[in-house]
Amino acid sequence: MSENGSLLQLKKINKIFSRGTVDQIIALNNIELTVNAGDFITIIGSNGAGKTTLLNIIAGVYPPERGGKIIINGKDITNLSEHKRARYIGRVFQDPHIGTAAKMTIEENLAMALLRGQRRGLGIATNKQRRELFRSALAPLGLGLEDRLNTPVGTLSGGQRQALALVMATMSKPSLLLLDEHIATLDPRTAQIVLDLSEMIVRREKMTTIMVTHNMEIALRYGNRLIMMHKGRTIVDLNQQQRSNLTVNDLVVAFERASGEQFADDSILLPDK
Amino acid sequence: MDVIGNLLSVSLYEGLSYGFVAMGVYITFRVLAFPDLTVDGSFPLGGAVAAVLIINGVNPWLATLAALGAGLGAGLGTSLLNTKLRINALLAGILMMVALYSINLLIMGRANIPLLREITVFELVAQLLGLSTSVTLSLVFALVLTCIILAILNWFLRTEIGLALRATGENEQMVRSLGADTDLTTILGVSISNGLVALSGALIAQNQGFCDVGMGIGMIVMGLASVIIGEGIFRPRGITAILLAVVGGSFAYRLFVGIALRLGLAPTNLKLITALLVITALAIPYIRKKIRHEWIPPAVRM
Repeated sequence: MSENGSLLQLKKINKIFSRGTVDQIIALNNIELTVNAGDFITIIGSNGAGKTTLLNIIAGVYPPERGGKIIINGKDITNLSEHKRARYIGRVFQDPHIGTAAKMTIEENLAMALLRGQRRGLGIATNKQRRELFRSALAPLGLGLEDRLNTPVGTLSGGQRQALALVMATMSKPSLLLLDEHIATLDPRTAQIVLDLSEMIVRREKMTTIMVTHNMEIALRYGNRLIMMHKGRTIVDLNQQQRSNLTVNDLVVAFERASGEQFADDSILLPDK
Repeated sequence: MDVIGNLLSVSLYEGLSYGFVAMGVYITFRVLAFPDLTVDGSFPLGGAVAAVLIINGVNPWLATLAALGAGLGAGLGTSLLNTKLRINALLAGILMMVALYSINLLIMGRANIPLLREITVFELVAQLLGLSTSVTLSLVFALVLTCIILAILNWFLRTEIGLALRATGENEQMVRSLGADTDLTTILGVSISNGLVALSGALIAQNQGFCDVGMGIGMIVMGLASVIIGEGIFRPRGITAILLAVVGGSFAYRLFVGIALRLGLAPTNLKLITALLVITALAIPYIRKKIRHEWIPPAVRM
């Protein structure tokens, strides 16, 4: 960790897709962001605001434009490939299919996750000791997955798969957890369960977290800091104090003031339930 | 009775020897989801390397090992084209296959190298056991070698690296997000696959008594046929079962071929029949969906 307590720093992050064509999109526009250790940030914004692009840049799926810098634990990781960055960053994707491998068993998926940031060798990936570890990591979910270690993941429901993906993203305790609209494809009840599990794990591990969501209520209810994105910029950044007692309506007002536009995305206003 | 016994033992020997091709094809097509066509070139490459070394007096065991190494190299080439230059997997394999045709001719110096008067691994095994070479001996030798390779693969696919390799074929994005290098696992898998294919080429060349530059034609389709037949007949679950099924499929394929030939099928029609067999197997899921009015994804081009 760097001296000033910041865990992640983004400096002059720009991302332009289809540069020089008629389809050119400025997905991220000069983002400056400092994430402190222990922060649980919720990021909200409408479609195309740049939320997922931001997470992809942090995770290393693609690089930012020249001049941008990504620093984690005081280390410049701007040029580090995605798989090397995974040592520091755990991620849960929107689609449960991306976070898990369907034909492989639960224990094989977990064994893959256990070795995050380590050299993979020629030892057998699953052994008795590791199975114990997997069981104790799955038991708190309360889904009974700990008794189904040899079940292929493809036979699990979307919610179960996403809960497993959450355990996989966090079990080797990366410095930063990225949750990319990870409950968006789940039914409301399952979404609530996975959301609560996320909060439980984040609290237990005191994990620095960035959660992207489409839902203003959720963005207000969870975490200790709220960032609103619009057209590739962060337009609102509220700390715990500033956002306490805030309602969805206050957020809409804040959005309109910051963006200078009328708020016109119903999908954000309406809670999922 | 003798005819049947002979048919069975020859089919079994061939099934085991070509079984390494089937294992290789299984690793690329099924485990890695990498449709690698290098096989048609790496099979004769194995034969060529072994044959040239043997006629130049190199120990046949070493020659066979060198063939395996050459196959690894061919696979390395294909996988580097794909991972480092981002050339489509199918195209990377085809490019390597075409290049290997010339490379094989360069290695051999001519289109055909006879090995009938040379000492091969089969003679060495016979000498070691104080026996004369026979179909049975070849069969036992191929069986032992198959068991060794199967045991190694069965272990390897359960190791930490092996797991990453399997996951790569299923979900590359996940593998990268968990910190494993999918380029590396792809390179590893495609190389191992072609190493096995070249090993098969080296053994076949030594047993049949010659290496021919054209002996790899259709090898990929034959390997695929073996994998598909094995999966179809045995419906395996789990790595061990699948590996055994693939070898079983190779045996079944050779048995069908042997029976067809005895029933009067012209050998020249063999590749046509094999291609039709694979086409049928690949078309069945489509036809089944069509009948059930299920949604069918559009054909994949690249």
